Amino acid sequence: MDIATLQAYGFFFFTAFMVVILYSYVYHLYSSQKKGTRDYEKYGNLALNDDITDQPIEMISKDDETKK
Amino acid sequence: MENRPLEYDYTVAKLFMYNTIFVGIVGMLVGVILAWQMAFPGVNTFLGVNLAEYTNFGRLRPLHTDSVIYGFVLSGVWSSWYYIGQRVLKVSMAESKFLMFVGKAHFWIYMAASIVIVISLLFGITSSKEYSEFEWPLDAGIVIIWVLWGISIFGLIGIRREKSLYISIWYFIATFLAVAMLHIFNNAEVPTWLIAPGVGSWYHSVSMYAGTNDALVQWWFGHNAVAFVLTTPIIAMIYYFLPKESGQAVYSYKLSLLAFWGLMFVYLWAGGHHLLFSTVPDWMQTMGSVFSVVLILPSWGSAINMLLTMKGEWQQVAASPLIKFMIMASTFYMFSTLEGPIQAIKSVNALAHFTDWIVGHVHDGALGWVGFMVIAAMFHMAPRIFKREIYSKSLMGTQFWIQTLGVILYFTSMWIAGITQGMMWRAHDEFGNLAYSFIDTVAVLHPYFTIRAVGGTLYLVGMFMFAYNMYKTMTSSRVVEESELQNATPMGA
Ligand code: HEM
Ligand code: HEM
Repeated sequence: MDIATLQAYGFFFFTAFMVVILYSYVYHLYSSQKKGTRDYEKYGNLALNDDITDQPIEMISKDDETKK
Repeated sequence: MENRPLEYDYTVAKLFMYNTIFVGIVGMLVGVILAWQMAFPGVNTFLGVNLAEYTNFGRLRPLHTDSVIYGFVLSGVWSSWYYIGQRVLKVSMAESKFLMFVGKAHFWIYMAASIVIVISLLFGITSSKEYSEFEWPLDAGIVIIWVLWGISIFGLIGIRREKSLYISIWYFIATFLAVAMLHIFNNAEVPTWLIAPGVGSWYHSVSMYAGTNDALVQWWFGHNAVAFVLTTPIIAMIYYFLPKESGQAVYSYKLSLLAFWGLMFVYLWAGGHHLLFSTVPDWMQTMGSVFSVVLILPSWGSAINMLLTMKGEWQQVAASPLIKFMIMASTFYMFSTLEGPIQAIKSVNALAHFTDWIVGHVHDGALGWVGFMVIAAMFHMAPRIFKREIYSKSLMGTQFWIQTLGVILYFTSMWIAGITQGMMWRAHDEFGNLAYSFIDTVAVLHPYFTIRAVGGTLYLVGMFMFAYNMYKTMTSSRVVEESELQNATPMGA
């Protein structure tokens, strides 16, 4: 096989691999919301409650991690 | 420590805002001149034959593209960044002298580079790569500007109070990273002086790549300049400004995340559609087409998310010209991201390539999506920055309709012109002789070029109304209380 053919195959399989990753991510997003592991929708409020005096949605401090 | 309550500091956002308005007018004025030149060639010498060198189409065209893209749009993006960044991270620039200094340096070095760029383009000093015309000393300057912006982004993120990064920040980061990479690879160049000492010049350089490779890198860059200057930062803006202005949280945050990764994943591979039927390997062309068609999905993911954010709130669209601008922007975004993939299909591209249909596509995206969103962002920010209401709501409404009409005239005339052109170029008789010569097409296209010039002029008139409204807002409008600035922007009659 010459280099161009190799490149083309390499590109194809890389793409297929990335598609799998992307779909797994979609699955992860929706399933963790459904199982209640993590509420993604609350982040929408980041744009609305954005005064400097507003309570942060998630504080920067270490202990407040919601992810398991 | 401090005896005043902490406030967001919009000094840098304000500087970029002034520049957005100024360069918007200048860059589009040049666009309007170009449009009239194409309809009436006499306009090429509108300052007399002695100055024709500086006023002809070829000289002015890069001045138009570079000033609107890197002047008007980037300033608008940066103004928004220095505004949104602080707010969604809940940290003020006033809290860090260092970041404040970086922000100001970012602005002033950018201004200095812009002036040199304008002069060099007027004198015809370019490296002749589309959207990347600047000679290497300027390319180096651009790196400094970009690094300063990067320090500002990651610096602000470093001192934030809000742990999670809002989706807009993701898009800003993507813009930063992608453009950094594109700029460096596309501008790998060698000064001609090094190749031919004594003959070459120290500032003029040639690309490190040759032939097809150069074309590939150029359009990998070119297409992603569209993606990461005219799309991702604009999405960053709409994801913040539309929810904030309407008081509605984004319809689906999860959709915004997956549209983000989808877009990142697909966009980088679609550049091949600029090189269909060229000498690049066939499989790359095909992949370019395929990825372009797939690109509809993540693009529409964001756009539909925006439209659904207004679900049940459509009375706001009717009531507020500011929301009209944003809804029209996301509609035009859907429109151009449907049109683009259609043009990327090989058989369609065979007709569309080199024609005005492409120019039409460029401007329904640039004027309808990018231009409208930048204008909306400025209108939303001005009252918060200057603590005054928008001077005139009716003027804003009129501007909206005039500019919408302008965009429609622009792209419809270019569609007809482009398709007519494409059909005439390929028409032949039964012996294979071409049916038309080039000048035949020019004669047929004249009315459409004129319509486009009228449409462009209307859009420019809107820009002047915008500038006037903003000027009055900054200087003499009614002063407002903090409490009026929560969601819908306060506007005078
Ligand atoms: C799904 C998204 C999109 C796809 C697949 C797409 C596809 C295309 C195609 C096929 C061309 C013509 C290439 C040629 O034959 O010369 C083109 C040109 C262009 N598009 Fe898009 N487009 C998309 C979205 C956009 C958007 C949102 C904008 C922004 C405003 C934009 C700006 C441009 C520009 C500036 C050019 C002209 C480049 C040049 O030749 O100088 N596109 N696009
Ligand atoms: C009043 C508004 C505007 C007018 C009248 C106008 C007019 C023009 C004209 C006449 C051309 C040359 C087309 C050709 O060579 O056939 C052009 C090219 C271009 N303009 Fe504009 N323009 C306007 C605003 C904008 C804005 C706001 C943007 C970007 C944000 C933009 C981006 C571009 C680009 C990327 C090209 C190159 C297209 C290509 O190579 O296919 N323009 N414009």
